[in-house]
Amino acid sequence: MARTEAVALRREATAAAWWRINATALLFMGPALLLVLVFFLAPVVITFTMSLTDLATSTGLSNWQWIGLENFARIFRSQFWLTILGNTVVYVAVVLAFNVLVGLGVALLTMHMEPKAGGVFRALWLLPRISPSVVYALLWVWAAASPPFGMLNYIVAPFGLEQRFWLQSDPWLIVILINGFVGASFGMLIFTSAIKAIPEDLFRAARVDGASALQIVRRITLPLIKWPILFVLVYQTMSLFASYEYIYLTTNGGPGLYATETWSLWAFHTALSNYYGNLEFAYGAAMSAILVLMGLAISIVLLRVFRFGQLVAEPRVEVE
Amino acid sequence: MAAAVAERAPGTFRWSSLVPYAVLALWTLPIIVLYVWLFYSSFFPRIEGFRPIGAFTFDNWRFLWDPQSVPQMRNRPAILPLTLNTFIFSAMTSAVGLLISSMAGYAFSRLRFKGRRLMLGGVLLLHSFPSVTLLIALFVVLRALGLYDKLVGVILVQTAFALPFGIWIMKGFFDNVPWDLEMSALVDGAGRFRTWLRIMLPLVKPGLLALAVLLFVEGWNQFLLPFVFMPSGSQQTLSTLVKGILGEGRFVDYGLLTAVGLYYIAPVLILFVLAQDQLMRIYAGGVKG
Repeated sequence: MARTEAVALRREATAAAWWRINATALLFMGPALLLVLVFFLAPVVITFTMSLTDLATSTGLSNWQWIGLENFARIFRSQFWLTILGNTVVYVAVVLAFNVLVGLGVALLTMHMEPKAGGVFRALWLLPRISPSVVYALLWVWAAASPPFGMLNYIVAPFGLEQRFWLQSDPWLIVILINGFVGASFGMLIFTSAIKAIPEDLFRAARVDGASALQIVRRITLPLIKWPILFVLVYQTMSLFASYEYIYLTTNGGPGLYATETWSLWAFHTALSNYYGNLEFAYGAAMSAILVLMGLAISIVLLRVFRFGQLVAEPRVEVE
Repeated sequence: MAAAVAERAPGTFRWSSLVPYAVLALWTLPIIVLYVWLFYSSFFPRIEGFRPIGAFTFDNWRFLWDPQSVPQMRNRPAILPLTLNTFIFSAMTSAVGLLISSMAGYAFSRLRFKGRRLMLGGVLLLHSFPSVTLLIALFVVLRALGLYDKLVGVILVQTAFALPFGIWIMKGFFDNVPWDLEMSALVDGAGRFRTWLRIMLPLVKPGLLALAVLLFVEGWNQFLLPFVFMPSGSQQTLSTLVKGILGEGRFVDYGLLTAVGLYYIAPVLILFVLAQDQLMRIYAGGVKG
């Protein structure tokens, strides 16, 4: 009798402790959960739901109707969707290559310098990332400006190239350069910390054995930062598919009809910023829905492949 | 450790050791040129290529003390309220973001609650998820909540976007604090909340400071959110001002534009110089490989 009572009491005490700890956790997590619910989860659901309606400025928030998959059918009926898809693939592929190769190059080169000098170079490469996007875009708009202003015209002049208004004549060059220089710093940071984590004995031993700098890079550094490289590749692929800020601020998808328009910019133009006056939220949401789905898929891959379980290991010790 | 890669036996200078400097200097040249021009151009009537036309002048900075004499500034909100808006926006996102991330980061680091694993997975998932794809849906959310075209709405969206990063960083900081200090406070009967506030937060102060600077800079730089969700004039920020002048046409006044741009970027550059090491570390630590 007394025994069962004691067990029951202990169980009660454990239950109370269980409640207490979950209530405490809820107190600490509450604000974050609320913001995530309203500004992440709800928008994901709304994006998919809205893509099945005809919501637009013309319908208002109350007079819309369900139209099934019509928005998606409309995307693929559009005269421009293939052009835009092509633009997107070229944009992502070329900028990704620029970002990863230059990021890797900067990381490797700065690691083979005096630490101070390496730090200065890395800070310079970080400048575009920490600059306001409008100011950074302004710098490239100037560089590409028509004569007599832009820097590019003065650089190509000695090579006998014609003076021009680069945003008009070579919009892709500017789009790739502006995104390339700002995106390279991401890989640079990841690769630098990955290289710093390599035990220095490996480099010492290689040098004692008479290995050249190039051999060290090829045989030691690169194989050991294989995973970070893969991570940056996957991560930046996704962020490039979703990003359009710098294109919007420079060519704005032009010149002319959709010359540098990418998928995400198309969605933005359709739903939030166009000259026709009718903002087609639902049609734009259908375009975004494809990107949101991709974003979720790639994020899940990142979690699974990059040792997610280890990152969320339980706290080591627990009081109470 | 960086030194180990570059290290050589003393007294054995080789010309080949200069190769990395030369190559990287060449690659970095465009960045240097662009930013030097930003400074340079704001103090001359006009610049053609790299050649200034006319004498050194503060004329481009007139927008600060005599905005009525600058045609491009006439139909725009005054510079001071815009600066104040930008400051309120970034200070609020930084403060609110810091508070919420340090609370959630503490819970993830120290409490074993139901759903922890799932939620931490969610944080990491959102961390790599491109939140900019949600802009169209957020437009509808803000409309429905009555927060569209209000500073509060944009602050909340910006704070939410920064949360996955902030929580992850804060969890890392708390993970590095040894258990002993906290344990003795808890054994003495202090509640979790008091322990967090009085013992833990002071211990991670350098981290808090670095995250605060980072969130502030991201808020200060933000363009798309204020541009899309706060379209009416009175609540705009400096980014929408620069975009407005930049978008006025093909023949823009680069003198004025660079002066306004430099005015806008100056606080960021100062913070970057002051807190460069911390920022560099936090940027690199934010994404785990």
